[in-house]
Amino acid sequence: MRNITLSQAVNEALAEEMRRDETVFILGEDVAEAGTPFKVLSGLVEEFGTDRVIDTPISEPGFMGIAVGAAMTGTRPVVDLMFGDFIFLIMDQLCNQAAKTHYMSGGKLNVPLVVRTNLGATRRSAAQHSQSLHALVAHIPGLKVALPSSAYEAKGLMKTAIRDNNPVVIFEDKLMYNDKAPVPEEEYLIPFGVANIKREGSDITLIATSSMVQVCEAAADILAAEGISAEVIDPRTIVPLDEEALLKSARKTSRVIVVDEGHQSYGITGEIASRINEKAFYHLDAPVLRMGAMDVPVPFTPALEDLTVPTADAVAANARKLVSGEMIHAA
Amino acid sequence: MSPAKKKTNTEDYLRMYRQMVRIRSFEDNANQLYLSAKMPGLTHMYSGEEAVAVGICEALTDNDRITSTHRGHGHCVAKGAEFKEMFCELLGKEEGYCRGKGGSMHIADQSHGNLGANAIVGGSMGIATGAALTSKYLGRDDVAVCFFGDGATAQGLMYEAMNMAALWKLPVIYACENNGYSEYTKTEEIAAGSIIARAQAFGIEAHQVDGQDVLAVNALAQRLVDRARKGEGPFFIELMTYRYHGHHVGDINREYYRSKEEERDWKENRDPIIRFRSWLVEEGLASEAEIEAINAEVKKDAAEAVEYALNAKYPDPSEVDMHVFTDVKHALA
Repeated sequence: MRNITLSQAVNEALAEEMRRDETVFILGEDVAEAGTPFKVLSGLVEEFGTDRVIDTPISEPGFMGIAVGAAMTGTRPVVDLMFGDFIFLIMDQLCNQAAKTHYMSGGKLNVPLVVRTNLGATRRSAAQHSQSLHALVAHIPGLKVALPSSAYEAKGLMKTAIRDNNPVVIFEDKLMYNDKAPVPEEEYLIPFGVANIKREGSDITLIATSSMVQVCEAAADILAAEGISAEVIDPRTIVPLDEEALLKSARKTSRVIVVDEGHQSYGITGEIASRINEKAFYHLDAPVLRMGAMDVPVPFTPALEDLTVPTADAVAANARKLVSGEMIHAA
Repeated sequence: MSPAKKKTNTEDYLRMYRQMVRIRSFEDNANQLYLSAKMPGLTHMYSGEEAVAVGICEALTDNDRITSTHRGHGHCVAKGAEFKEMFCELLGKEEGYCRGKGGSMHIADQSHGNLGANAIVGGSMGIATGAALTSKYLGRDDVAVCFFGDGATAQGLMYEAMNMAALWKLPVIYACENNGYSEYTKTEEIAAGSIIARAQAFGIEAHQVDGQDVLAVNALAQRLVDRARKGEGPFFIELMTYRYHGHHVGDINREYYRSKEEERDWKENRDPIIRFRSWLVEEGLASEAEIEAINAEVKKDAAEAVEYALNAKYPDPSEVDMHVFTDVKHALA
């Protein structure tokens, strides 16, 4: 199978869906000739023209609102939000409008749109261009949230998102745009709500999202060398969440660490850990651990920024403690 | 206007009159439902502003979209909604347009092109503009009208949306209902400079019109809608109007922000229904008896719809987590 970058995978997904369905269009800042600052959309305006790859002013609430109205009336906009941090700017249109329209209309109006944006620190971009804010939108009923962890997922989830009749927010890891992974030539879609067991194991489960999947795979390698067998599971979408797959793994290994790049407090890790506690408690041999980003604004200097996100070594260290029983005594 | 034209348009004029009376009647009943504690929550009355919604919506077809506001019953009626489903929605009943999930502030008959009433002030500026983008994108000649109040001109979203509408020449008409008050504050205290100049700054053709004169509103709306269909939009209209009630039905003691004399003046001297009725009679388009017959018929329809809605059933509890997502029966956990 060929290897392509995550960036190319997203580009292919958009191009294929735009060829398949004329109602699909892209709008956002510098999406046309510039192809976005990350060059993810390069080449699309040449094929589809500026009517379907629409450059907007720097007006995030405005173009988000326009996308909501367009989606309600028969098109399928893909909103390009240059940085995940800008989600605060579109919150009213995304959370008060797009997310609630179907419900408030008694099921009569639909909002089939996609917001594609990104997450991820350690790019030395400081506090307003480095956040992982997916928990904010996952909290709001009416929004689906996808977190691709490789080029393969990025393409399959994007195609599913565009065909979904609900608003979907996709967060790509901006540090992964140039990472290659095997991606089939032939068309495929990845259904929402189906977790992927990246690596089977028996001693401990590492539930990891997005950027943290590769971190946990690296941790699993470290642990394997020490004779600890770690299972790595990627939920791929957090709304809907494949709770059954996560519980099944927890029951099998009896130890779980949840790793996600959003801030640890009030975040995804706490939500998933809580569900495992509620539904697999009697199968557990240790408390479920959360590992998220530190609860600090992301610092600029590499000397500090690297301390704020979970690393393979840190995950492996916590896994060792759980497996050895140290955490039980600590509690 | 020639006498011949007036005659051929008699049906249209009488429909406009009836629609204005229907709005007033709906609001009078809604107010009674609130005062008698039969309606959950609060509601914002459109009484006094009828000529705005009717004058504009009579220039539209079902394919044209509107977005409405928290003060949205008038737009809903004017865009073709029925009393029965409206009162059911107001009372939270299953047969309401939104199955009781929207209520007064989100009431809309979606099948006639109403994209919903928005309870975030200025929240639908983008939505109406997006509906106009769809129209242009799909090569249709549908027009979108965004209703909002003077208070919404203070929201930044309006300027972002108008900028893009002007850049992309979208068939959208921004209809600013200037009723003189932004909730409990005079408009002059919240809006610096001129309101239409805001649109003109983007190169958008803007008009100010007497919002209590349904014929003037309708004539302007017809002209602008026709031009918007031909790609000459966007447009902006400031409609000078007045709300008879307070910000909402519970806003009763309001002398601290406006006088009773001012309210009386608008009601007695500028009421859109009284003015239009006099014109219809003076022009010989309807007799007093015919007008009274319309009034009586609307009153009866409203009373029957209220009675129906009071006795209608509430949605089943199983509906609480339905319609969170489409294509998914119950909410995703």
